[in-house]
Order: sequence, then C-alpha cells, then structure tokens
Amino acid sequence: RRWLASSILIYFSYICRSFTRASALLTRTHINYGVKGDVAVIRINSPNSKVNTLSQELHSEFMEVMNEVWSSSQIRSAVLISTKPGCFIAGADLNMLNACTTSQEVTQISQEAQKMFEKLEKSTKPVVAAINGSCLGGGLELAISCQYRIATKDKKTVLGSPEVLLGILPGAGATQRLPKMVGIPAAFDMMLTGRSIRADRAKKMGLVDQLVEPLGPGVKPPEERTIEYLEEVAITFAKGLADKKITPKRDKGLVEKMTSYALSIPFVRQQIYKKVEEKVRKQTKGLYPAPLKIIDVVKTGIEQGSNAGYLSESQRFGELAMTKESKALMGLYRGQTQCKKNKFGAPQKEVKQLAVLGAGLMGAGIAQVSVDKGLQTILKDTTLPALGRGQQQVFKGLNDKVKKKTLTSFERDAMFSNLIGQLDYRGFEKADMVIEAVFEDLSLKHRVLKETEAVIPDHCVFASNTSALPIGEIATVSKRPEKVIGMHYFSPVDKMQLLEIITTEKTSKDTTASAVDVGLRQGKVIIVVKDGPGFYTTRCLTPMMSEVIRILQEGVGPKKLDSLTTSFGFPVGAATLVDEVGVDVAKHVAENLGKEFGERFAGGSLEMLQQMISKGFLGRKSGKGFYIYQEGVKNKNLNSDMDSILASLKMPSQPDVSSDEDIQYRLVTRFVNEAILCLQEGVLATPTEGDIGAVFGLGFPPCLGGPFHFVDLYGAQKIVDRLRKYEAAYGKQFTPCQLLVDHANNPNKKFYQ
Amino acid sequence: MTSLLTYTFKNLRNTSKWALRFCVRPLSSSSQVQAAAASQTKSKKTLAKPNIRNIVVVDGVRTPFLLSGTSYKDLMPHDLARAALSGLLHRTSVPKDVVDYIIFGTVIQEVKTSNVAREAALGAGFSDKTPAHTVTMACISSNQAMTTAVGLIASGQCDVVVAGGVELMSDIPIRHSRKMRKMMLDLNKAKTLAQRLSVISKFRLNFLSPELPAVSEFSTSETMGHSADRLAAAFAISREEQDEYALRSHSLAKRAQDEGLLSDVVPFKVPGRDTVTQDNGIRPSSLDQMAKLKPAFIKPYGTVTAANSSFLTDGASAVLIMAEEKALAMGYKPKAYLRDFMYVSQDPKDQLLLGPTYATPKVLEKAGLTMNDIDAFEFHEAFSGQILANLKAMDSDWFAQNYMGRKAKVGSPPLEKFNTWGGSLSLGHPFGATGCRLVMAAANRLRKEGGQYGLVAACAAGGQGHAMIVEAYPK
Repeated sequence: RRWLASSILIYFSYICRSFTRASALLTRTHINYGVKGDVAVIRINSPNSKVNTLSQELHSEFMEVMNEVWSSSQIRSAVLISTKPGCFIAGADLNMLNACTTSQEVTQISQEAQKMFEKLEKSTKPVVAAINGSCLGGGLELAISCQYRIATKDKKTVLGSPEVLLGILPGAGATQRLPKMVGIPAAFDMMLTGRSIRADRAKKMGLVDQLVEPLGPGVKPPEERTIEYLEEVAITFAKGLADKKITPKRDKGLVEKMTSYALSIPFVRQQIYKKVEEKVRKQTKGLYPAPLKIIDVVKTGIEQGSNAGYLSESQRFGELAMTKESKALMGLYRGQTQCKKNKFGAPQKEVKQLAVLGAGLMGAGIAQVSVDKGLQTILKDTTLPALGRGQQQVFKGLNDKVKKKTLTSFERDAMFSNLIGQLDYRGFEKADMVIEAVFEDLSLKHRVLKETEAVIPDHCVFASNTSALPIGEIATVSKRPEKVIGMHYFSPVDKMQLLEIITTEKTSKDTTASAVDVGLRQGKVIIVVKDGPGFYTTRCLTPMMSEVIRILQEGVGPKKLDSLTTSFGFPVGAATLVDEVGVDVAKHVAENLGKEFGERFAGGSLEMLQQMISKGFLGRKSGKGFYIYQEGVKNKNLNSDMDSILASLKMPSQPDVSSDEDIQYRLVTRFVNEAILCLQEGVLATPTEGDIGAVFGLGFPPCLGGPFHFVDLYGAQKIVDRLRKYEAAYGKQFTPCQLLVDHANNPNKKFYQ
Repeated sequence: MTSLLTYTFKNLRNTSKWALRFCVRPLSSSSQVQAAAASQTKSKKTLAKPNIRNIVVVDGVRTPFLLSGTSYKDLMPHDLARAALSGLLHRTSVPKDVVDYIIFGTVIQEVKTSNVAREAALGAGFSDKTPAHTVTMACISSNQAMTTAVGLIASGQCDVVVAGGVELMSDIPIRHSRKMRKMMLDLNKAKTLAQRLSVISKFRLNFLSPELPAVSEFSTSETMGHSADRLAAAFAISREEQDEYALRSHSLAKRAQDEGLLSDVVPFKVPGRDTVTQDNGIRPSSLDQMAKLKPAFIKPYGTVTAANSSFLTDGASAVLIMAEEKALAMGYKPKAYLRDFMYVSQDPKDQLLLGPTYATPKVLEKAGLTMNDIDAFEFHEAFSGQILANLKAMDSDWFAQNYMGRKAKVGSPPLEKFNTWGGSLSLGHPFGATGCRLVMAAANRLRKEGGQYGLVAACAAGGQGHAMIVEAYPK
C-alpha cells in the first residue's frame, strides 16, 4: 500500500497513449458490430493506434450501437470485446482532456461518460465485457458498468485505475462503483495507488467473474485465436445470463461477508476514511491533491448517496485536471512514452551476446536486467569471490520475483542460465556489446578498454557505465572510438528506470542506436546526452549537493534537511541521499566537477566529506554516514560522531536566505539552473529528456514534473527572482543562466508549447 | 478379382468409418483373400537397409489393462511386470537363457524397485545372468525401451532383447515433506540422546503434511488435462466432437474385445483374487450420457471431461525383439519389423501434446514413405481433444509452415485406418506400458487386415513425442 511519489513513476508505462484522431467522416471506425444468434457482439478496434482509448468518437459510436442493441427485439444480450491484441481499452483519450481549458469543460466530459455508463449499468439486456489486454482507467470504468466480466489470464491483461498517477481521479463512475464491487478498502487501494491488477487477482477480488486461459497455436496465430475463444466463451455466458441460467452475483467468502458487515457500520467506515486519509497525507506530504479528492468523492458517494457521489466525482475531476500537479504528471507521462522509443532507428546488428565487466552492484544489476529479458550475458570479474557475489545478486533479484509469484522457479532457472560467470575473456570474441562497470578510476577503465578491444570483434560496442568520468577521456586509448559510448545506469539497476546514454563527438549513430536498443530491451527509460563532465544527471545533482553541505555547515541538522527536501517532493532526503550515493563517491564527483566548473559548483566545504571519509563514514555501505545503518533496523538513527565534524566546520547562516522555504529553493534552484544550462549548452537535446532524467534518475519531485516543467508551470520570472536573491547572498553559484533569463524576460517562451 | 479388391481398398479411404466396418469384416473373414490382398495389392518396397540388421518383433503380450484401484490395487509394479514377462515366456516359449537383455519403461517409480525391470525379471525366472535396466520418458517410456532394444541389436551388442513397460497407478509413492525427511535424516545421524532430543524438538505439526507425486508439468505447473483443454480450444474442437471421438474409441474397443482381436492380452491370476482376463475400462456410453458430465479441468466452460480423457490405469506389457536372422534360426515366425523411429520435442506449455504431429512427417520422410503408404495408424489417445488437435494440426499448412518449418502439411490420417481396435481412451493408458501395446496393435492389425506398414505415434509429458514405422513380416 504505497502511494509514494516513486511508485507513481513505475506505473506510467501501463497507461494508454492517446492517438491521432481518425477522420470523423467515416461511420463507425472504432466499432464493428454483429449479431450471433440473439447475442450482439460489439468489437472495438480503433484504427491507426496500438491501443483503444475512450475518445469522443468511440464514445458516440458505442452509444449508437448500444441504442440499436436495446431497441432490437432480436437481441437478448451483448458481448463487448476488443479485437486489438493486448488491449481492451487502455483509458481515456488524454488529448481530449488536454484540449479543455476550463474545469467546467472537463466536468462536462465526465458527466457525459457517467450518463452513458449508468445507462449501461441499468441495461435490461445483460452485457458481458470480454477483456483481453490492458483494461485501465476509463476502460475499467466501462467494464465495471457491464453486468459480467470475463478476462483472459494473460500477463498483458491488467485492470486498474491509474488516474491518480496523472494527478486526476476516475471520472466516469469508478469512485462510486468500485467500492460496491470490491469493497471500500480494496477500492481505495486500487484508486490511490493506481496499481495494475492481474486477471487472476482480479477474479479473487470479484473484479472479474470468469477467467479464460490464453491459447497456444492452432490453425491460426495464438493471439488471434485467443480473442476468438474469449468471444465464444463470452457469448455462452451472455446467453446464460439472458436465460437466467447464470447469475452475475458471486458467492462471497466468510471473511468478505464479515468485512462487508463491518463496513455497514458507519463508525467503522469513518475510522477507515480517517486512517486512509492519514496515510495519504503522510505519504504525499500534501503535495498531491488527487488522492485526497478521491477519498472525499468515495466518501460522498457512500455517505450521501450516488447522486451526490457522481456530482462530486465529476466536479473534483474537473478541478483536478486543471491543477499544476496534474499537468506536470501528464507531461512526465508523455515524456516517458517518448523516452521509450529508439529515435536512432534499429541498429545494423542486434545485440545477442552481451558481456558485463565487473560483478559489483552495478555490473550484476545490469546483468540481471539483461538475462531476465532473454539476453545472453557474460559476467566477468577478476576474483571468484567478487564474481560469486555478483552471481548471487542476480539470483536473489530473480528469486525475489519467484517469492512474489511474478515468476515461476522454472522461469527463474531458465533466465539464470542466460548468465555465464567467468574470470577470463573467453567468449568475448562473440560479444556484440561489452558494458564495463569496473571501479571509477580512469587508468583502470583505460586498462580494461585495451584488454577488451584486444579480444572483441570489430562490430562490438564498448559501453562504459560511469557516473562522472567523461567518455571522451575513456575513449582516448581506444582503437575504434566510434564504437565507444557511455551507458550510465542508476542504482539499484533493477529498480531505477532511467538509463542515461552518453555520446562523444566520435560515437557513431549506429553505436548509439545499438545502446538505446539494448537499454529499451532492458526495460529502461532512456535519455541520450552529449559527453561532458558529469553528463546531465550528475552535473545537475552536484551543485545541489554542494548546497546541501553548505546548509549542513550553517547548522541545519541532517534530519531537518531531510524533512525539508522530502516535504518539497523529493522521494529521498538530501542527507540520506549522500549516504546512499556514498560519501567517497560524492567527494570524488564534487572534486572532479569542481575543477571543471569552478566557482559555480562551489558552496559547502569538501572538507566535511574528507573528514567523514577519514573516519570511515562512507554512508550506507560502511554502516555509518550522517546516519547509522544496521541490518534489519528500520528507523535509522543519527550518527552522533558526526556532531564534532559538523561543529568544526560550522559557518554562520544568513538569516534572510535561511527560512525553511529558502533552504528548499536554494537546493532546487541550483538544480534547475544547471539543468537549463545543460539544454543551453546542448548537452541535452530536448527539455523532455531533461525532465525525465531528473525525475527518473535523481528523484526530482514528480509533482513538479521535472526542472523544465517546473519553470513552465511556476514561471521563469519567479525562479530568476529567487536566484537573484540568493546570488546577492552567496555570489555566482546562483547566477541564472542565459536561457532561463530569456524565458523570464519573455513570458510567452515555454519549454513545452 | 485382384483389381476389384484394389479398387475397394483404395476407395475405403473416402468412405466413412461405418462403411469400413461392413467392408473389412467380409474381406478379412477368409485368410486366402486376406493374403492375396496383402501380397498383391501392395507393390511397396520393404524398408530393409543395407548393412543394418533387420530387427523383428517376435510377439508381444500385455496384462489386461485395469482401471486403477480395481483388481490390481494390492500389487506392486514389479508384480504386474512379472506377469507380462511370464506371459511373454509362455506365449513365445523363448528359452530364458537366450535373452541377452531386458528393458522396461515406467513413469511413477516405486522407490523400493526403482530398477523394476531387474526385480520383475528375477521373479519371472529369467537367468540372473541377464542384465536389466529401466527407462523413463513419460508416456513413451516403453517406446524408449523398445527403441533402446533396437539400438542394442542393430549395433550388434545383443541378439535377443525383451522390452516392456509397467505402471501401477493404484499405489503411488507419497512422500514425507522435505522438512520431515530432513529431520528424520538428522535423527539418523544424531549419536547421543541429547542430540536426538534437540533434533526432535524442531518438529512442527506441518512437517506431517505429505508430498504427492506431481500431476502437473514441472516446467509450467500446468496439469496435462488443463493443457489438453487449451489445446482443444486452440484448434477449435468442440465438446461434441470430443465426446463423439471418445465414443468411437470405446465402441471400436468393445467390438475388438468381443471379436477376440485383442490377442496380445494374456490372462493374469491375481494372488488372492480371480483371474483377470480382459480390460475393464471399455465402456461405450451414449452421447447424451457423456454430455451430462462437467468439465474436469477448465471450469465451468471447458470441454475436456472424464469421459473424453484416458483414465488412470494399471497394466504391464512386454515384447520379444530379435535380430531377424536369430529369430529365423530359432524357428520363429516374427510378427513385424521395427523400422525407422523418431523422437521429437517441442514447447511444453502450448504444444505439450502435439508430439505425433511433429514426429509423423519426420519419420515418414526418414523411411521414404507417405501417409498413403500407411495401412494401420496406432496413435496414443491421451485425450479426445489431443487426438483431434493432432489430426487438425497435421492437416494444416499454416501450422506446418509457422511452427514446424515445413513447406506443407503432412495430411491427416484417414479415420478408417486409425486406432480401429480402440485406443488409450477406452483400453486404458498405463503410462509406462502403452508403447508396447501400440506396436502390438499395429502389428496384429497389419496381420489381420493385410497391410504392410503401420505407424505408431504418441505424445508425452515434457512436450515430447515419438513415432515409429512397423512393417508387417511377410507371411
């Protein structure tokens, strides 16, 4: 039951992407409708799109068809099915919402959908929703308005209400129907987390009534026949429902009965609302308005009746769609979709054999996300214990999925067989790509590059996983610099979605295409940036970290600093982040980039990190940093030995720039300013990649949508004003970059049009 | 006369199975006519290969196949296997010391007799100097036993091999849980009372929950019936078609039993019980009765039911395989040659039971034959749906091109040549013993009905399959 900001990111990929509108002139472009016996079969398949979305055309065609069904005396029941593989209806058309300029317009869209679904719900002719593939958002709302639901037990068949992840709420009746269907707690869980529910779980919850097994090959392709079979099964159930041989009511278990009894007591319900609200407030820190509105709307429906509920749903829906948070989240969603495409085209030779050098945390993580996608991977290290640790990490990562039942033990074994652990370069002559993840030391990387180039074939790409060493410098010893590229993964690799790909002047386009292709196959969201000190992500983070040290030196405690940053929307507090990254790594990066960028990256004294290192306080990995980390202990305590270090480096604070809000903005504006400078200098190709990199790689608050959305939504002028104020106190570190100043000077200038 | 007969035979393929019944019987009623048909209508070559010994089946027998939990329920597997071996000795009068080797197939192993071939052979009175081993390959275990024998003879290692199979589903090894086993083993190692007590103190009640032999496919966790139901759906085979096919199997088996065609069955005096003389699972019902059954695996709308699936069966079978020259030297008149064979395997999830589809074209190609050359098809019937799916798959160009990498379909066997004496659905399916039954049925049918080539095919758990050409021994 998390609705942490970070979890928002994970679920984006499930939500539909809106598509270009088909010509409205053609009649029924989305729906094909036929009658089998006395059952109407309504087949949805929107043209020119991978998914079906609830657009206005689909909406009106559906209404038209339903009116025919209701008026025909020959028809006694209906089946609603999608013939698009892997997608029932993936949600509402986002363009439809984005086109609205006022909350009233959005409310009206919601009310129309509510009306249609209410008619459907009250249909005297039973309608069976036959679900294969994603059934999300508006699609789920449509399905739960039908009298019966049959879903394929396929991995692609997922049901859910992901609206909250876009900063809105389900606006077509789900807030009213879901609690009745699956119970109040489960309904809250679905709508507040936006999680996708697999078909078998949905059956247990009562969200679907029957499951249909996906079929293998017969005399036509499996996907096609599965949909046909689903339709056949759905037709028999539709007939059964019309003949009253089947009742849509299901038997509830004892626990369920008791729960629903308990929830019939108003006092119990009040307690639940209270608990859920507390939890939401704690986790969203008041930064996300949608979850609280969802609770409010559900409550209204249950306590004051459906009419009030529907009214409240449509109004809150309209309000939410106009919020900055919603616009930021939708922007991120669109950005994520863009960063899941390979704009460099297909590589000339697909990577089939991968090799990873270094079986450390990163190397093993990269290996894990490769082998579980079926990529043959060699994991090489220099010592057996180091290799064994890496292999165990991969096994554990896979085995954890078995424990969660998302993999079978057999699938785990088959995936693990894709991994070959070794201490030498045997087999590298067949490698199509080598990703090195050895220690961050330029001479070591040079040695490894030379060793590898001696054994790999000509076409093989050499990728370096580094967070700060410029790829161009690594490539200086290469015989074939056009094949050298940077692939910056984020830790832990199997959880963090971002991959930052770094190209040098010499990197060939095909090498980039190959790296993006591998990254996409590994399930990553990808930004491609130009080489330079710190690339994009590390470069943005470093000035912020410098500010973190200064703030600590000015006497703000790590706990207070953490709470200030998390309440601004960062998923991890700033002091904790230093511990997680590793104090030695932070110092190493700060020094390197400090040399490159000079005064702009100054701020706190690196002496603090130096002292921490000398005392062995390297962060989580050494058990001590700003906090003390113990195995199995959840609440971490401050490391009291830090007091003397902090005291020895204390600086006076400047009261006019040290309010809580100022501290937050000192951190964020340095981050944002550097990000925009990266775009100005061409390190970033697009603002979208800047936002995606900041949010998915560095935890920039998702509710702000990334640095570029933040500037657009909150106003460049306001940010420049802040920067000027801090510049007055601290100097050049806060000087706004030219591009930002340009945006402030011209309010019409936006990063996103 | 000859041309008339040829004409009749050729046209049989196009006539219904009912027509076949009325045609075949008058034809086979006279042995002279039959011989004429066999020797003169075929101008087919024989499959003998240069430099490879011809291998023959002298004869084969089986115990009656019984529903699990009936007359064999107190036996152990080696008892049943022994009965088959004794029956074979009796039937062929082969001197025991001539047998060079004995191989048995079995699936669910009794842990006390894990090499059941050896235990049964010793008890059956074979020479203790005759080695024996046991093989396992799910439902094609005794096929594997026979082809292992073929290999031993072809390579000159042996001249005379007994191959067979046994399954006793009335008793299966149910184990203690892993935790309990571990505790018992630790207890064994504990020396002092204190150590023993410390081991015993770790006991928890849940240790007592037993572990059953897996009924589901290990790699996919799906039971075979479930997979068969999905397979039937994938090939759009209706419940009615499946029930009709099952009824056909039972009706044909009943007729074969009544007419005494199942000559491989040898009576078995079960200790403490009456002598068992015939299979007890053959129960022709009516389509109406069968339609009343509820689906057994995919509920509530699946199509595979108890009536259109093979049932849990106890039984054993054995065949005597020899090098042709040895058999002739000993004065035997063999029943058939064992010719080319083929093992295949494919996706155990979605194509678990399609082994025959993959194996059939390959074995035909290897032997240089076509579907039209085959006179007797003996396919293992795991489920009606599985058989019908295989027939459809073999008849589909799309399937051949997209899944088998072939240019065109091999074609579906004509039903009038297909399992005409019943099949596993009706006769029963003791996993380890079915292969030998298929080979003997093909050999006996060829003798009786007068054909030259038989094709045996079977599917097996793990997504594997097998096919073999059986050639009638000239009279």
